Amino acid sequence: MTRILGLASIWIALVMSVYGIIAAVIGLTRKRPAFVVGGMQAVYVNFALLTLSTAAMVYALVTHDFSVGYVAQVGSRSTPVFYTVISLWGALEGSILFWGWVLAMYSAVVVWTNRKRAGDLVPWAAVALMTVCLFFCILMVGPANPWGLVSPTPADGPGPNPLLQNHILMAVHPPLLYLGYVGMTVPFAFAVGALLSGEIQSDDWIRLTRRWTLSAWAFLSLAIVAGMWWSYEVLGWGGYWAWDPVENASFMPWLTATAFLHSAMVQERRGMLKLWNVNLIVSTFLLTMLGTFLTRSGIISSVHAFTTGTIGYYFLGFITLCIVVSLVLVAGNSEKLRSDGQLDSAASRETVFLFNNLFLTGFTFVVVLGTLFPLVAEAFKGVKVTVGAPFFNKMTIPICVALLFLMGVGPALPWKAASREQLRTVFILPGSVAVLIATLALALGMRDGYGIAAFAFAGFALVCNLREYAIGTRARMRAHGEALPVAFVRLVGANRRRYGGFLAHIGIITIAAGVTASSSFRFEREATLKPGQIMPVKGDLSVRLKTLWGKDEPQRQVVGADVEILRGGTVVGMLDPRMNFYRSQDQPVPTPAVRSRPTGDVYINLMAFTPDGQSATLRVILEPFVPWIWFGGLVVAFGAVVSAWPSARRAARRVEYTAPQRATARPSPVSGTSFPGAAMPMTQASGLPPSLPSNPA
Amino acid sequence: MNWKRALLSTALIGAPLVALLTYGMTRDPHSIPSPLPGRDAPVFTRAVFAPGADSVLRLPVGDSVRLAAHRGEIVVVNFWASWCLACRDEHLDLSQTASAFAQKGVHFYGLLYNDQEKNGLRWISDMGGQAYPALSDPGARTAIDYGLYGVPETFVVDQRGLVARKFIGPVNALQLSALLDSLLVANQDSTRVGPANIPPDAGVTRPVVPAAADAAKP
Amino acid sequence: MRPISRGRGLLRRGLLVGVLVFVPRLHAAQSATTPATPAAATAQSVIVPPLPGVNLEFDARVKRIASRLRCPVCQGESIQDSPAELSTQMKTLVREQLANGKTETEVLDYFVAKYGQWILLEPRAEGINLLVYWLPVLFLVLGAGGLWLVVRKWTRVRPMPVASPTLQGMEATPVAVVVSE
Repeated sequence: MTRILGLASIWIALVMSVYGIIAAVIGLTRKRPAFVVGGMQAVYVNFALLTLSTAAMVYALVTHDFSVGYVAQVGSRSTPVFYTVISLWGALEGSILFWGWVLAMYSAVVVWTNRKRAGDLVPWAAVALMTVCLFFCILMVGPANPWGLVSPTPADGPGPNPLLQNHILMAVHPPLLYLGYVGMTVPFAFAVGALLSGEIQSDDWIRLTRRWTLSAWAFLSLAIVAGMWWSYEVLGWGGYWAWDPVENASFMPWLTATAFLHSAMVQERRGMLKLWNVNLIVSTFLLTMLGTFLTRSGIISSVHAFTTGTIGYYFLGFITLCIVVSLVLVAGNSEKLRSDGQLDSAASRETVFLFNNLFLTGFTFVVVLGTLFPLVAEAFKGVKVTVGAPFFNKMTIPICVALLFLMGVGPALPWKAASREQLRTVFILPGSVAVLIATLALALGMRDGYGIAAFAFAGFALVCNLREYAIGTRARMRAHGEALPVAFVRLVGANRRRYGGFLAHIGIITIAAGVTASSSFRFEREATLKPGQIMPVKGDLSVRLKTLWGKDEPQRQVVGADVEILRGGTVVGMLDPRMNFYRSQDQPVPTPAVRSRPTGDVYINLMAFTPDGQSATLRVILEPFVPWIWFGGLVVAFGAVVSAWPSARRAARRVEYTAPQRATARPSPVSGTSFPGAAMPMTQASGLPPSLPSNPA
Repeated sequence: MNWKRALLSTALIGAPLVALLTYGMTRDPHSIPSPLPGRDAPVFTRAVFAPGADSVLRLPVGDSVRLAAHRGEIVVVNFWASWCLACRDEHLDLSQTASAFAQKGVHFYGLLYNDQEKNGLRWISDMGGQAYPALSDPGARTAIDYGLYGVPETFVVDQRGLVARKFIGPVNALQLSALLDSLLVANQDSTRVGPANIPPDAGVTRPVVPAAADAAKP
Repeated sequence: MRPISRGRGLLRRGLLVGVLVFVPRLHAAQSATTPATPAAATAQSVIVPPLPGVNLEFDARVKRIASRLRCPVCQGESIQDSPAELSTQMKTLVREQLANGKTETEVLDYFVAKYGQWILLEPRAEGINLLVYWLPVLFLVLGAGGLWLVVRKWTRVRPMPVASPTLQGMEATPVAVVVSE
């Protein structure tokens, strides 16, 4: 019954999508509003249907309905309920269903929140969204059908992949990833909508798109960091990023989306880079499709790869369609997107953003090239090559260091132009901090040029960003006599986009510092111990093996080691690395144990043991400052939330005045009104007290 | 709407990318071409731990087998493990082919890969015995020498000590017999096929893909 | 897609996080060679390498080489990071070869002769592989150059700061104004 319901929902959703697309297209091309409305209603119906199907799948999983194909694949009576529920996204078919559901949800929200908006942009965007949804419905009734019938009904199933049962982050990483990844479809839909409706020439759609991109970006950032954290805690090699094709797949759209978030600001302020921005949005979506294709088609082997079948061909067909449509629309309309570029000065935030885009797209290019190069080499030379972590590290570390630098310069420089005096004032403190840190690093014995540069620029960028907060708060305090906390909160509240952005920068800087520190200062040691024996690790830190124990759980047998951490001889902590022997697997799955402190982690892996429990081989890795990476991820997401948070009065615009920067300038209030569809010019000189008459539009 | 530009960009940007991805769909990322076929087979000296049932092929436990001593004869080297499920698929084929060709001077050896000898012995007896002797390979030195990246893998060394072919996955009796026959005939005819004539991937055989997407699992 | 035979599939899945369950063998791999009979000793293992932790400089060399070799039974891990049995055995072989006078290049060449170019985690900078190294450099250099030219063109000095197109019609002001949403 559940099966019929679940499958039927998908079929009906498929039909609804077709109906919606056809109706909306007819309505839009033949100017029949009723058709358009009817077509867009399909979005809501789709959402309801896919919610039904997803809920039915969860129900089937929890009730162990093994007549359903997907449940028979990943379900098991001995799996705890929690992991049963999250196995919804554990294998291919379920993940496609989940994707379809998230997409339908996004589509419904997009149509609902824009229901009062005039124009053809949103209807066309809905058409685009429905087309993607249609593709996923086709997958779900075709190669990735989770609702297949299993007959005769088996009594039990193999359970989800053991690697997916070992950690709670498995509940967090995939949903976040889908919210971010699938979320990038929305900006693409808006771009397509703008191109087809002609609204591409105004800048209103950019503002709309930017907010959606920002929220998807926030989810994606969290998802990537959560994925890093999961692989760090579960896979046992003490690392968090291996440049695996699937990791790259999630990272590439993040890079182009980040570039877009910055260059969109240039477009809003100066009307420039229109074609470039459209290309970025379209590329972001295409990269999400490419990434999914790579991991589900089996053309590149990867840690993450789902089982392969014919689904690769479907994705190939759909990607081809997307590429062709995107290229035709963008290139065909490229003349409309021409804008005269004007900059006031090379020493301005606009220029920094241009270089930011260069480095981010360069970064994306390296990752795409590296990921696809094995195919190229095989196509032209017939040899199989590996493009692995050493390549990516070598090629991307310089770019990351450059981006760190820009992350400081950007906030520090004003829009439009900066004078030499300004430059000196703004950079003297951060510059000194950078030099100080570099000297310190050298003194501590660091010899790796990029590592030292990374630390120095991280400090530089941190000071630049914090300085913006300090200056703004101080100016506000002076202007309004507010106390520091009040001034701070009001400052951020009045300028969410700006200060949220700076906060996201601080998050990235924190991540960069954590990554650099944990790579440069990592230390590892391995030894075989008998119970009671002590292994000295480093300095006064040592570990002692207390006992080796075994435990029977419904789905697995666990062998663990109780290990005490000693500092100077006294016990300061206890860890229990384990090995899990799943009944469905030949090889055991080790779970390392990690003790996290702000200064770093002690990471212990149980490598081997004797069956009589008389000795165990432990690998101890010291990872300094790794928790900063996870914390930094949260800060980034929080910064994005602050940045995207809509103000209470959407229509109202608060205007602030600043004293003139140059002798030729004269202060004059600029009214808060804006032409419909035109972007407000937004510039700020730093370091000067704003004053605040409100001027509601 | 500038159709010319649209077409141009689709052709210049879209087409190569799609072509590359389509090409990728035809390749299997998991099968690695081996540099060994056509080159000298890496020599080894390994100890016997399972004697083998065939009267011609059997060797006493503890004996050392030197590949170099087999110059002039065909040697089939099969890497296997007791924990390897696919090895079960090929066991009967290998054993029967070994018996069939024993009289013609073809030697078969099984090299145990990353497993304990007692497990290997138990596996052999579970499978109903084995015609040819099994050798142990401590430290996987020989396995690494042969570029092993999975089990089962089977190497056929011809009379001149060159690797004639590498089989990845379970060996098919027909293919193996055909190869051995052709090598025996070629030797008789003394036709020279030098390493340079053998194209890079010619000596590698991969498992045959059945029509259904999912191979039937026994 | 071609199905991988089950044994290999399991091998791949399992050995990604494969584990040395049997300690004696782990130790055997680290200590002097383990042939049962003297005749089984290979000619290479004349000099026994120092145990891990004894000679830190030697360990660093081993680590450097091991980080460049791919674990054949894992998904993209190096033999340095991978706990799989084959990885450990390859690493031991690296130790032995280094201890017996081989250079880093010779050790890497040995593995390439056995496994092909694929065993290197980073493609050798020769032939078509040069593309993967130089195209990004070209991209960035050309991009930076292009950007510099473009910025120069866009900042061609005009006497007055020019209003952006969207400002036309509004009271143009050269002064910084903050507008927040």
